[in-house]
Amino acid sequence: MNEIDETTVPSGFETQVTENLAGGGRRMVLNMGPQHPSTHGVLRILLELDGEIIQKAEPDIGFLHTGIEKQAETLTWQQVVTLTDRMDYLSNMANNLAYVLPVEKLLGIEIPPKAQWLRVLLSELSRINSHAVWLGTHALDLGAMTVFFYCFREREDILRLFEMFSGQRLMTSYIRIGGVALEPPRGWEKAVGRFVDGLQEKIDEYENLLNTNPIFLQRTQKVGYLSLEQLLDIGVTGPMIRAAGLKWDIRKSEPYSSYEKFDFDIPVYNESDVYARFRVRLEEMRQSARICKQAMEGMPEGAWKADAPKVVLPDREKMKTQMEALIYHFKIVTEGFRVPAGEAYVPVESPRGEIGFYAVSDGTSKPYRVFMRTPSFGNLQCLSALFEGKLISDSIAALGSMDFVLGDVDR
Amino acid sequence: MNFFLLSLIKTGLVAFVLLTTLAYLQWIERKVLAHIQLRPGPYRVGPHGLLQPLADVVKLATKEGVIPGNANVFFFLFAPFFAVTLALTSISVIPFGPEIEVFGVKTNMELTGVNIGVLFILALSSLGVYGIAIGGWASNSKYSLMGGLRSSAQMISYELPMSLAIAAPLLLVNTLNFRDMVNAQSGYWLGVIPKWNVFAGPFPQFFSFLIFLIAAFAETNRVPFDLPEAESELVSGFHTEYSSLGFAAFFMAEYANMITVCSVATLLYLGGWQPLWPSSLGSDFVAPLIHFAAAGMLFYHAGQTVKSRTWDRFSFPAFGVIFLVVGALFLVPVLKPILIPLFWFVGKVGILLFIFIWIRGTLPRFRYDQLMRFAWTFLFPVAIVNLLITGLLVALQS
Repeated sequence: MNEIDETTVPSGFETQVTENLAGGGRRMVLNMGPQHPSTHGVLRILLELDGEIIQKAEPDIGFLHTGIEKQAETLTWQQVVTLTDRMDYLSNMANNLAYVLPVEKLLGIEIPPKAQWLRVLLSELSRINSHAVWLGTHALDLGAMTVFFYCFREREDILRLFEMFSGQRLMTSYIRIGGVALEPPRGWEKAVGRFVDGLQEKIDEYENLLNTNPIFLQRTQKVGYLSLEQLLDIGVTGPMIRAAGLKWDIRKSEPYSSYEKFDFDIPVYNESDVYARFRVRLEEMRQSARICKQAMEGMPEGAWKADAPKVVLPDREKMKTQMEALIYHFKIVTEGFRVPAGEAYVPVESPRGEIGFYAVSDGTSKPYRVFMRTPSFGNLQCLSALFEGKLISDSIAALGSMDFVLGDVDR
Repeated sequence: MNFFLLSLIKTGLVAFVLLTTLAYLQWIERKVLAHIQLRPGPYRVGPHGLLQPLADVVKLATKEGVIPGNANVFFFLFAPFFAVTLALTSISVIPFGPEIEVFGVKTNMELTGVNIGVLFILALSSLGVYGIAIGGWASNSKYSLMGGLRSSAQMISYELPMSLAIAAPLLLVNTLNFRDMVNAQSGYWLGVIPKWNVFAGPFPQFFSFLIFLIAAFAETNRVPFDLPEAESELVSGFHTEYSSLGFAAFFMAEYANMITVCSVATLLYLGGWQPLWPSSLGSDFVAPLIHFAAAGMLFYHAGQTVKSRTWDRFSFPAFGVIFLVVGALFLVPVLKPILIPLFWFVGKVGILLFIFIWIRGTLPRFRYDQLMRFAWTFLFPVAIVNLLITGLLVALQS
């Protein structure tokens, strides 16, 4: 082991260089991140290394702190939707939905079936989007560069669909309190249908590239194992826990937004390693495509906004012709709508796990508090357990299999 | 002709061609990789990015070379210099074609005809690890240090199977001189199957060839054995701290090493410049035909270029004419004995280089310990068994 210059040790990590190992060498402290190609954003991990083996790993979060939770208290209820896009920029629709549901529960408004179906369709599309990005970056971490570009081809298609629906690619804010923002555009069935039909074939392509590749199997099988008990203790949710053998999916266990009317399976694997997580996510992409197809074919007719004039903006036509509608429009736009005092929490299955917004209202037009239970933050807690005693290469594979978004961790 | 003058001319020619090839090999790699990955690759500088290597050279040469604090300055600057020197030196013993006669001067198509060419190359390539290890150590960066350490371990593991793999075809050809080796592989079984070491001999050296190729990937630090510079783990490994010409030197060394190992594989296993089938069956016309076909395709596509690619209307016919001229040169009787062997040699090396790039676009990276295990528990025994069988059969035959 090379001699370490004391001056190169990062500040804020004092315990390291002093400890002598049996062989006469000393442990090396490696500051991985916040600018590191595979920490997926600005995560900083302090690694204490003995050769290539990690003895101790400490994640250091907060480099992407945006203060979204605090900001939410200064905006009106409807405006907060735009913040949820910015937390987890890969699963924007699921975040919108997770915020909107508790507020609607507080308001006690009924959402028309068409809006519910649209919400399901778009959250599933954003699940495919998120998993595609995950697969690409994870494969890139393992050195398979090409899969990354293939996955981004799918992502591009989904972003085009999002743009079609909402006029935005990333910060869609399409799902609003009381329904969805706009009526679906003409020709959307064709565009979604084409994408969903082509997707199975493309997932087969990824499987062909990776599934039977001996190097990929060696790098992922029996790597990054954590037992189900450990995962439950830490509070991990989502694909990671399904890869550990627990059939837990909020879409099935506590259905929201009419998920109970859709027919889909929950993939479960028991190995709890990086490969099992890969299989779970790949299978989820297939299931999401199935749900999208059902949502598209069974799309009910009718309104895409709730019949709640005090909450939902009136149609443009009505606003220009009817006095009453104009007044409602003016009130909603200038001061927002009031939400009855109370508190509500509705969990939602985001691509990463359970996401939920604990909304507290004091009866005004601005939230008193919106606490965000984000899956990335929960899942990141198992980092030390995944890293310690492992090789750097394995820990990179395990890190990729956690699938977190730093914007979701530091909000 | 004066020996020194002749050497000077040959050195200048080889150095010029080699450096250009290095630059354009990188362009080809980026293009091939890009097309595997559904993107166009370099496109802006010159027609289809053909001037991109030039732009890269200018950019790298004019950048500030940063020397990190607490780095060992002497070794930090010495390492890339050492790496590139070794990589370029090893090309000097590689013959590109048979003995030729130009303006009445008889000469070999190589810089120096060393009698122990194979040993020379092996020696230089095992020295090559010092450039990486020293560079990684001298940078005073932890990522670089680990890259250097990984590289040393990797090189030691792969030298052995590689040397053992090489030993088997050497038993067949019974020489260490590359030129004699290629001459020993001339001739055809049944008039069509070439007597290359991969196909022929008492024991075809197919396994030996595969082991050599795998070891060559490790030797040149390419995917799936690019652990010393594993981007996702060690940022850039041993050259993390290098910028400007230091980085360029490491880069050049990597590509020069690739060319060297592919040339050695061609000479050892693929019959060097021997054509795939005898010239009595028309193998001499392959080279001009390929060039004419390329020219035809360029002319054909020049008429149907997209509006956004305005330059193709001029660049395609221009390159078409170049291909036509080069193709015609193959038919000139004086140049024929020089160009045809060169074509076969370059073609074989090119196919091997393409495989290097192709693999890079397809496979993930090994883990450190898996790579070592693969070398010691799989490649090493297979190489030994292959060597024993070959030796036995050669002994029985004689």
